[in-house]
Amino acid sequence: MNTVWVIAGAMLAAAAVATMFRMLMGPTTLDRLVAMDTLVAVTMCAIGTWAAASLDTTVTYGLTALALITFVGSVSVARFRVPDIADPANPANRGHQ
Amino acid sequence: MSALDILTSVLILSGSALALTAAIGVLRFPDTLSRMHAATKPQVLGLLLVLAGAAIRLRGNSDVGMLILTGIFTVITAPVIANRVGQLAYREHNVRDDLLTTDEMDESAAEPEAGNRPG
Repeated sequence: MNTVWVIAGAMLAAAAVATMFRMLMGPTTLDRLVAMDTLVAVTMCAIGTWAAASLDTTVTYGLTALALITFVGSVSVARFRVPDIADPANPANRGHQ
Repeated sequence: MSALDILTSVLILSGSALALTAAIGVLRFPDTLSRMHAATKPQVLGLLLVLAGAAIRLRGNSDVGMLILTGIFTVITAPVIANRVGQLAYREHNVRDDLLTTDEMDESAAEPEAGNRPG
């Protein structure tokens, strides 16, 4: 079984690195939000793999907490963030200058 | 290695491969909508596969319920997030028009209803 855990961990680490590149590059807030969602999902996959590898079930509560908190976070960012591009037709929507 | 161990290995490896696919799609695709398309589907399915593998590996333990709850929450919340982010991306034109074959929201975007606040 050890090779299975090593291969799965390597793939998940590569996925996390690729997602973090997109999170740094942007170019808009929404791209970073999508990348953050993917990063959290990759983290949840890694926690699940760790639980299966180590037979340690205390981390499964963290999985459920992550699933709920990432929902609240993403919806809040989508609702309350400042738009990247200013909209001259809408004075309330100034955006970053 | 028993049959259940082999099933666990297959599930976890394919889930990890799907997560890697999602990450490569997020890195390589050109606009926000196609990045969402690349991210959400393999992400949810990959997570469900990994959770199923972990649940089989931890069978008989009472904490398997938390894994099932996590899967249910993910399936419930993913469409809501995708809806919000997709609508915002369309509204701010983070979309490459040459990649769209049809644009069903075109008319509704041209004439927004009265009292329909953005966001």
